Amino acid sequence: MKKVRIVISLMLFSLITFYFLDFADLLPQQLHGLMRWQFIPALLAMNMVAVISLVVITLLFGRIYCSSLCPMGILQDMADGLAKRFHRKKKYPHFKEQKILRWSMVALVVLAFAGGFHLILNLLDPYSAYGRIATNIFKPVYLAINNLVAAVGNYFNNYHFYEMNIFMASISSLVIAVCTLLIIGFLSYKYGRLYCNTICPVGTILGFLAKFSLFKIKLGNDGCNSCGLCEMRCKASCIDATTKEIDYSRCVTCFNCLEVCNKKAIAYQFSGWSPNKPHTMERDSKGYDATKRTFLSASILVGLASIQKVFAGRDKDSAHKINEIYTSHNVPFKKKHPITPPGSVDVNRFNDSCTACQLCVSKCPSQVLQPTFTAYGIIGMMQPAMRFEHGYCNYHCTLCSEICPSKAIVAISEKEKKTLQVGLVQFVKENCVVVTDGTNCGACSEHCPTQAVSMQPYKGNLTIPTIHNELCVGCGGCEYICPVRPFRAIYVEGNPVHLQAKVTEEKEEKKVKVDDFGF
Amino acid sequence: MERRYFLKAVAITGVASTLKIVDGFEVLAQTSKATSGSAGYDLVAVMGGEPDQMFRRAIAEMGGIGKYVKPGNKVTIKPNIGWDRNPELAANTNPVLVGEIIRQCLKAGAKEVVVFDHTCDDWRKCYKNSGIEDAVVAAGGKMIPGHDESYYREIKLPKAVTLKTTKIHQAILDSDVWINVPILKNHGGAKMSIAMKNLMGIVWDRRYFHNNNLQQCIADCSTLAKKPTLNVVDAYRLMKSNGPQGKSLSDVVTSRGLFISTDIVAVDTAATKFFNQVSAMPLETVEYIGKGETLKIGTTQLEKLNIKRVKI
Repeated sequence: MKKVRIVISLMLFSLITFYFLDFADLLPQQLHGLMRWQFIPALLAMNMVAVISLVVITLLFGRIYCSSLCPMGILQDMADGLAKRFHRKKKYPHFKEQKILRWSMVALVVLAFAGGFHLILNLLDPYSAYGRIATNIFKPVYLAINNLVAAVGNYFNNYHFYEMNIFMASISSLVIAVCTLLIIGFLSYKYGRLYCNTICPVGTILGFLAKFSLFKIKLGNDGCNSCGLCEMRCKASCIDATTKEIDYSRCVTCFNCLEVCNKKAIAYQFSGWSPNKPHTMERDSKGYDATKRTFLSASILVGLASIQKVFAGRDKDSAHKINEIYTSHNVPFKKKHPITPPGSVDVNRFNDSCTACQLCVSKCPSQVLQPTFTAYGIIGMMQPAMRFEHGYCNYHCTLCSEICPSKAIVAISEKEKKTLQVGLVQFVKENCVVVTDGTNCGACSEHCPTQAVSMQPYKGNLTIPTIHNELCVGCGGCEYICPVRPFRAIYVEGNPVHLQAKVTEEKEEKKVKVDDFGF
Repeated sequence: MERRYFLKAVAITGVASTLKIVDGFEVLAQTSKATSGSAGYDLVAVMGGEPDQMFRRAIAEMGGIGKYVKPGNKVTIKPNIGWDRNPELAANTNPVLVGEIIRQCLKAGAKEVVVFDHTCDDWRKCYKNSGIEDAVVAAGGKMIPGHDESYYREIKLPKAVTLKTTKIHQAILDSDVWINVPILKNHGGAKMSIAMKNLMGIVWDRRYFHNNNLQQCIADCSTLAKKPTLNVVDAYRLMKSNGPQGKSLSDVVTSRGLFISTDIVAVDTAATKFFNQVSAMPLETVEYIGKGETLKIGTTQLEKLNIKRVKI
């Protein structure tokens, strides 16, 4: 059973991870379906099929989600596996359930969420935290390897692989992803599934349900010689070999104990609905220290909070400097609203539903969606917004709306997308090269798919950008290509509530007869 | 064996690098006046056919593809693939034409034919939805990427006024022959997008053009020492308004034309005059064409050229 679990887990983990990394669309897009089964996104999306299924599965078989579907859980098992390579005789001591800590984490998340402070949920949701690790750490590494292979291939005139632009979209998201990886990696390397069983809100809720599961691990009386091997090898630290009791709220159904028992005295079997009362005996003999654990979890939160503080200061400083240097040549502007992706309907709705898993950031083919820092305020940290430094939103593309697992971005059709106004173009005439240099440009109009920016006669042979607000979809093509720096002559201001752009009718080709060469 | 070949190659290259360019060498260059004059025509204009049919006729009038592409040549074709639009919207070069040019090159013995553009929209979507990738593969050519700076090498443009240095795609620099295949379009900023404007797609930093006198930079770019061996203007469909991307079919006119010349200024002049019949576009408003003549890249005086006009 352990082997089956490992095979399934690794398969799902690889698919989920590779789906995040896969910039070349090697995997079918339908794989985003796997993300819809992640507990928190499913809950926020009101995806009842997934939520009820996960609940039922837990009530039947225990925390299968934690052992096989949650990428963060599997990542921890991998760190744990690594630890076992280096420490052959790694032991996990049994200790008491940290009931107060576990439920206060759930309470904190729920209360904060109810109070509109979603950041805590977004930080602690294991799937979203893993998504950020994949997006901010694994993907750049994957791209770097790809570029190396591409460089070698291109040298030999093989263009099957191609170079990709690697850039750091957000320092804050990277720092948080690195911290999450280090902290959870360390905890699992050292203590197995400690994160899942003390901090993770999903682990606590599913753990509560798992107490009532129909199928459970049982320590049998026949043959058991109380050797304690199962207890030592339980990465969830939930087995007490002396009393032969298991805390099912912490058992992640990994089946390691089944494998390890020399007497075959452990079984995974039907046990009826009665919750086996968790073991409550005090046990301080095995070196467990409650204060240490509380300290660790507290330091995670404090650490993350202080990172925010540090970078908050830094960001403001740099923006200020830019203003000072360039105001004499170039008219500065400041965007009032971040631009939420097409399908997110309005900014509040988006902030409420987005868990900042950054799947859309990873998958956006135009690299438009990027994690924000304080654009939405602290509560929306790491949630994505459209930014046009590296690209602009493709007129025909609806990918982010299709793949969003929490429905923060609702699925839209290509037709809907083409008239959805996520933002509105703003022209800063004083910065425009046509005005400042008296030369032709038109790069903005060139990139405008709806001609919301068109070139109209200006002085002499010159043409100047002219705005037609009603046609603008806010794709950012104009802002992306505008050559003026540091402040561009054209930019897109976000619409807090998305609006409708006027439909540009697909008119028929006019029959114009051309009979002659004209020269 | 290989080491010996390598050493020989190094020795020959070393000797070659010491040679000075003398007039006699001009005979070897395929773009020189001496060879292009022998077949007679400086510019061939064809009307009324399908894209592949018109190209076959035009290249035959130009003296046959074999005059420009020699056996063993590495050929690069640069169509306009700037936009994520289908062929009917005339934002990109006609894929049928691109396919036919590749077939002709391969027939003439080209070692390989590669095709690329530095696109505006997402390059993967442009290559696919323009129909050009499929046409290229079907014809036996190879699509190569142009979206990353690493594919470009910096060169000097000593004859240029503003654009003194720029980064050019290595597929152009390393080719034996390259063929410029633009589509005829209106352009909001540059007025027209034809052959000279199409060279912005072999360049890495396009923003520099827009920021430093677009018209002059376009002309400057055509002073490139490695000139296109042929310029083939696709006017099977032309974009009369809202260019260069276009909005809808109402911007498109099916004009069934094709112009071919070794003179990039002349072919742009001819195409502009052709376009002028559909939508007013006096030649002098397209400033880069005049600037190109000033830089002695080519001529706008079509009356002095030997032009063949064919109606199918």
